[in-house]
Amino acid sequence: MQKTYYDPADLKKFGKITEWSEELGNKFFDYYAKVFEEGALTAREKSLIALAVAHTEQCPYCIDAYTKDGLQRGITKDEMMEAIHVGAAIKSGATLVHGVQMMNKVNKLDG
Amino acid sequence: MVNSNYMTKLKTQSLHKKDSDLAQAKKQLEILSNGIFKTGELPTFAKKIRETNLVPLRAKKLEILQINVGYMCNQVCTHCHVDAGPDRKEIMTVETMQQCLEVIKTTEAHTLDLTGGAPEMNPNFKWFVEEASKAGIKDFIVRSNLTIIRANKKYYDLPEFFKKYNVHVVSSMPHWTKGKTDKQRGDGVFNQSIQALQELNAVGYGMPGSDLKLDLVYNPSGAFLPGDQAALERDFKKALAQDFNIQFHNLFAITNLPISRFLDYLIASENYEDYMYSLVEAYNPSAVANVMCTNTISVSWDGYLYDCDFNQMLELPVNSKSKHISDFNEELLQGRDIIISQHCYGCTAGAGSSCQGTVA
Repeated sequence: MQKTYYDPADLKKFGKITEWSEELGNKFFDYYAKVFEEGALTAREKSLIALAVAHTEQCPYCIDAYTKDGLQRGITKDEMMEAIHVGAAIKSGATLVHGVQMMNKVNKLDG
Repeated sequence: MVNSNYMTKLKTQSLHKKDSDLAQAKKQLEILSNGIFKTGELPTFAKKIRETNLVPLRAKKLEILQINVGYMCNQVCTHCHVDAGPDRKEIMTVETMQQCLEVIKTTEAHTLDLTGGAPEMNPNFKWFVEEASKAGIKDFIVRSNLTIIRANKKYYDLPEFFKKYNVHVVSSMPHWTKGKTDKQRGDGVFNQSIQALQELNAVGYGMPGSDLKLDLVYNPSGAFLPGDQAALERDFKKALAQDFNIQFHNLFAITNLPISRFLDYLIASENYEDYMYSLVEAYNPSAVANVMCTNTISVSWDGYLYDCDFNQMLELPVNSKSKHISDFNEELLQGRDIIISQHCYGCTAGAGSSCQGTVA
């Protein structure tokens, strides 16, 4: 029996999702491929966004995939780390900005 | 756990000099045929092309004559498929060069492609280029590693020399940043390469509209496949122009094949299986139709004929009665079955890969 929730080999099986729901699986993968095509943003820029989101979502599959994708596109480790800090800043900012809600509540209840 | 038997200990020596197991072609072929390919976890290349109805893989009309004039090089790049370096003594003799010239005069190939090692380190390189240029082959390529131009004053005149014979210069450049370039090709290589490119630009190479063709070769610095060639070319052009005022014409994105020093690196870094998976998953049948072995002959420093430079390094000679430059027969070579193994997946992954870049 598998002893961990995540197995790197599972990423290779991602495509098999369609086997249990072909229509929805195919729609998802078509959508996914379309999203990452060059558009107003370059595929390179999209790769960096995906890497940052992969970290905020803490998805180990996505982190592996978009680190490799970035290397393939010539993205440097400095660029990758900067992208991750953008994600981290938004994530921590999102936590901290809720502090205003706490302050509002305190002021209301105990002001 | 890292397999220390294959661990690269000194980057300044070739596998041959270190007497590594992996210096032996037989050992490399053994690795490529065993493990995941023997257990059937991944299909062999032969099985894969059979499944996609692309057998037999046969040579078409010869278009590119590639001549390796020697394995000696001033660099010891971590991923070199030739295992080239200053310690390699295999150098093409004048006699073999003369045999090559006889073929160059008569071949119908449109491209002559000189490679190495650093081809310029062959003591008869300049004479050979002068003589070969008389045949008037349409595209005459020299694969220059760039740093050779700055390595010794006897090479300082190479940009002018290339210009005189209208040689098409194709140079390796793994990245537009110093860190990634020096990691793969050795300390100081980036700055020397930049200087060499500026010198080539100064005599007219690579400039927009110039007939003096200067192309760059990009191959990944690690265990991953190259990205989109056009996007990489755009990024290289932007960065090199912005940072160093350098111009070039085209960028060829080449996949690292799992042989020689790159195979050594893959095993030592425990990336071998994942890399082979990546190659097999990216198998593209439409790339198979245009793989370079079907229109190329690779000549080794000692005159033997191979389907490609990789087969040369794996000591897999052509399957033809014409086996040596001294008995070169274009008609006999046409239609020969190409010798394949699992390294061939490197040329059929994604957009495909060849010495001229992508093929699909």
